[in-house]
Amino acid sequence: MDQPAHILSDILQFIFMGLQRGSIYALAAMGFNMIYNATGIINFAQGEFVVLGGLMMVTLSTALSLSIPVAFVLTTLFVTVVGICMERFTINPVKHPTVLRLIIITIAVSIIIKGAAMCLWGKNSHFMRHFSSSETWEIYGATILPQTIWIIGILLCIVAGYIFFFNYTMTGKCMRACAINRDAARLAGINDRKMVMLSFALSAGIGAIAGIIITPIIQMDYTRGALLGIKGFGAAVLGGLGNSMGAVIAGILIGILEAMAAGYVSSHYMDAIALIILLAVLFVKPSGIFGSAEAMRLKEF
Amino acid sequence: MLRLVNVNSYFGLVHVLKNISMHINEGEIVTLLGANGAGKTTTLRAVSGLQPVRGGKIFYQGKEITGAFPEKLVELGIALVPEGRQLFRPMSVYENLELGGHIIYKLYGKKQLKADIDGMFLLFPILKERKGQFAGTLSGGEQQMLAIAMALMARPRLLLLDEPSMGLAPLIIKDIFKMIAQLQEERKLTVLLIEQNANAALKIADRGYVIETGRIVLEEKAKALMANQEVKRAYLGKDQKEIWE
Repeated sequence: MDQPAHILSDILQFIFMGLQRGSIYALAAMGFNMIYNATGIINFAQGEFVVLGGLMMVTLSTALSLSIPVAFVLTTLFVTVVGICMERFTINPVKHPTVLRLIIITIAVSIIIKGAAMCLWGKNSHFMRHFSSSETWEIYGATILPQTIWIIGILLCIVAGYIFFFNYTMTGKCMRACAINRDAARLAGINDRKMVMLSFALSAGIGAIAGIIITPIIQMDYTRGALLGIKGFGAAVLGGLGNSMGAVIAGILIGILEAMAAGYVSSHYMDAIALIILLAVLFVKPSGIFGSAEAMRLKEF
Repeated sequence: MLRLVNVNSYFGLVHVLKNISMHINEGEIVTLLGANGAGKTTTLRAVSGLQPVRGGKIFYQGKEITGAFPEKLVELGIALVPEGRQLFRPMSVYENLELGGHIIYKLYGKKQLKADIDGMFLLFPILKERKGQFAGTLSGGEQQMLAIAMALMARPRLLLLDEPSMGLAPLIIKDIFKMIAQLQEERKLTVLLIEQNANAALKIADRGYVIETGRIVLEEKAKALMANQEVKRAYLGKDQKEIWE
């Protein structure tokens, strides 16, 4: 066998796998960052948004046999509403919000959503057909699923939409302003509480999309939220908390490293990689690879 | 125009404002003098809705505004230029102005906002030169101008200024005070001004209040305050000896 060609196709295969999973971590991390920027807290229910998105999509597209685009939109709207409800009923009414209190609330919400998902969808995994064909394509000896192309494409669309929203729309600028300097934003007449709600809505929506696009590949069940959430958090920290473009790169990096660990070491250690990276970053450079020390406000914890 | 009646406020258990009562008439420049920690900034923050008030009432144009949210007060025409040039540093000068005029965008749309920003550039030509730059890279004086411009973008009728001269060179301070007096005249603004530089403040003010450890201890016309021996000693940097001579 031709050795160099073999290595190349292996690496290409890992990159494809990594892109596929990494995109999901990137989306979860973007969700973390959005809420972090608006409120200064880590939303531990972020993984649950991903699960809800996946499960709802399965129900709508399989049980109700809606077409994929319709189910996609409905699912995203549904989870967005869940995000808004979460903010309205659990975060907004807190009288004296401190970071720790709010974080514990998000943990509680994640347990509630997990329980509700178990009751509604049961304990088994749910399958869903791929968006287009499930035949793999072969590129230089590596195989890639059309679904992976969908995932990467949707990630790119979301990143483009994100950049547009935060740089060119007034609402996006207001959200950034709130993140930069809360008091100054309020003095400019920006309703900061509305911006917090919006950040929950957006991050729930992005979480839902992540769940929708990964479900055909990993088969969603109600327990997946915690691990997806932790890996997304790892990506957010590696990219520098609050820095969403850093998070996208970090998410994909974690995905690729995971795939390599699965290929070269053992697939049992795959999940450990994200956690090892998370620990290593927190020990060595807590501000993340793209974050500045100034931006790092972890000391609030 | 603005009336505070027995306003009290706390930081946790610390009683910072003790029965503050004061008023500002339409078109006046009123200054609030006091040492560090006397409660000047807190008074302004209470008026603009950032600091919760416990006991007492605040009236604006005859209507009670106690406990209203800051964004509501901005809509009513109260703008605060906070201490220490609170800008959105990682955003461009233009974006800062856009955000300052957020309320205009909400009420009258994008076109009007753009027109207002162009109007602001006429008033502050230096900001036009710097419009693409990050606000954090401006010099201190330019930042202060941007902070004032941002507040003016919301078309206020009552402008609250918190130490506009802090950390600036004397020449720039002179410019800024000249501008404040000019703006007040042109735009029929009512101004409440806090200033460490009591001399400069009293020169442009109509009336002044002196606040000591959370209490208003004196209210006078600006001229009378300048002549007041106690005020001279404590806030104008002239010691007793000079007064005796």
